[in-house]
Amino acid sequence: MNWYKFSSPKTFYPVAGSLAPYFLGVAGALLILGLYIAFFLAPTDFQQGEAYRIIFVHVPAAWMSMFVYLIMAGWSVVGLSLNSKLSYMMAQALAPTGAIFTFLALVTGSLWGKPMWGAWWVWDARLTSELILLFLYVGYMALHSALDDVRRADRATAVFALVSAVNVPIIYFSVKWWNTLHQGASVSLTQAPAMAKIMLMGMLIMSISFWMYTIGVALLRLQCIIAEREREIIWMNEAQRSE
Amino acid sequence: MHWGSLDNFLAMGGYGFYVWISFGLTLACLLFELYGLQKRHVNSQGDI
Amino acid sequence: MKIAGILQALLWRDIKLAMRRQSDVVATLFFFVVAVSLFPLGIGSAPSLMHAIGPGVIWVAALLSSMLSLNRLFSSDYADGTLEQLLLVPMPLTLILAIKIFAHWIVAGLPLVILAPILGLQFDMGAKDIGILVLSLILGTPLLSLIGAIGAALILGMRGGGVLLAILVLPLYIPVLIFGAGAVTASVNGISPEGALSLIAAMLTLGVVFAPFAAAVALRISLE
Repeated sequence: MNWYKFSSPKTFYPVAGSLAPYFLGVAGALLILGLYIAFFLAPTDFQQGEAYRIIFVHVPAAWMSMFVYLIMAGWSVVGLSLNSKLSYMMAQALAPTGAIFTFLALVTGSLWGKPMWGAWWVWDARLTSELILLFLYVGYMALHSALDDVRRADRATAVFALVSAVNVPIIYFSVKWWNTLHQGASVSLTQAPAMAKIMLMGMLIMSISFWMYTIGVALLRLQCIIAEREREIIWMNEAQRSE
Repeated sequence: MHWGSLDNFLAMGGYGFYVWISFGLTLACLLFELYGLQKRHVNSQGDI
Repeated sequence: MKIAGILQALLWRDIKLAMRRQSDVVATLFFFVVAVSLFPLGIGSAPSLMHAIGPGVIWVAALLSSMLSLNRLFSSDYADGTLEQLLLVPMPLTLILAIKIFAHWIVAGLPLVILAPILGLQFDMGAKDIGILVLSLILGTPLLSLIGAIGAALILGMRGGGVLLAILVLPLYIPVLIFGAGAVTASVNGISPEGALSLIAAMLTLGVVFAPFAAAVALRISLE
């Protein structure tokens, strides 16, 4: 089967390298368009004033943070069931970018919260879930770097990604339930403006830009991972020969 | 274009501090990630 | 019938082994009591405050002490090679692990449930609230053992795996904490805890079905 050719890291290496610039280019162009909509076309929100414009980065970042985790879990499933190295590498390549988006969602959320709620941090359901998601990303990456045996690290993190991804909806639901029990923040970042079409448009374009950025960056990181692992193998072979 | 002047644009209706840090930090993080990756890329290819 | 016999033998073996090292079991329990007692000393002991924080404090302490006991689940069996033998037993590893997790709960989780009413009294809970506390712990602590088993299997044989285990497992414990402490808080505030309790029960059902399987996959990966 011809398709399998691309599932080998070595053949995929140049493919990843030639695709990445296109994704990053599209990401940049859409980012400019998105920012233009965010700052010049979207009207002022009558309730929140100009501060609501933070949602143009916050909401796409929050979406991405959750999507990326699910996609990592998806690659982990593929890896565990087909035992293909490339899928594991793909999951590993996505993790830092997902963690960055989670971090950004948290920080922009609290930057929005300070003028709106009067506090940097409110235990709002969305922010709390993002915080827990950040813990999961950190756990995933910590587990990978703690295991020296790459094969074990790949498969162990895949199991963790899968188990925790199943937990993400449960966590989100439980945090929401907890929030109503303890009557947390009454204004939430998502219900914020009565969405004008142009606002939704801006958010969507920013999201697509972040998507393209994520794909481009993940491909670049995939190349690094492939090259680093390859080099390790070469080193090990040389060490064995010299013994 | 409802801003009128650059000052108004930068002030963001009094929320300038929060808005600009949000957008600035996001851009900075993404660019920094790209920069770090570029360096890692050069390193990883050096020996092959 | 034969399989049931083997599983029963396995269960007794694990419990007996744990009982032989009682100091471990007692230390974890003692940690539970000490951790709970620290909070009033740190926060103050006004009755209204005790009512507000009691359920959460007891649940958080239960979470932490059941996490502390997790590396007992596999480590000694791993050290003396028993674990690798268990992989060779002509029986689904999932089933074996389910038994091992159950044994672990009897030794590490059940004592917490038994001790909880006394700690509830420290926080001035009424009889009904203590009943709900015990019930929530009976449903919740097995879930902690089940989720924890996956983490313990993943970090098997790793140097300094304890902190990593906490990072991996604690976020996954959060829903259990929320519904467990939420049920008791609801009861203390005179709201029906039924919803939260049935949600924990639902999660427990899911956990019993899937967690031993996931732990078995993780264990195979770690032992390869």
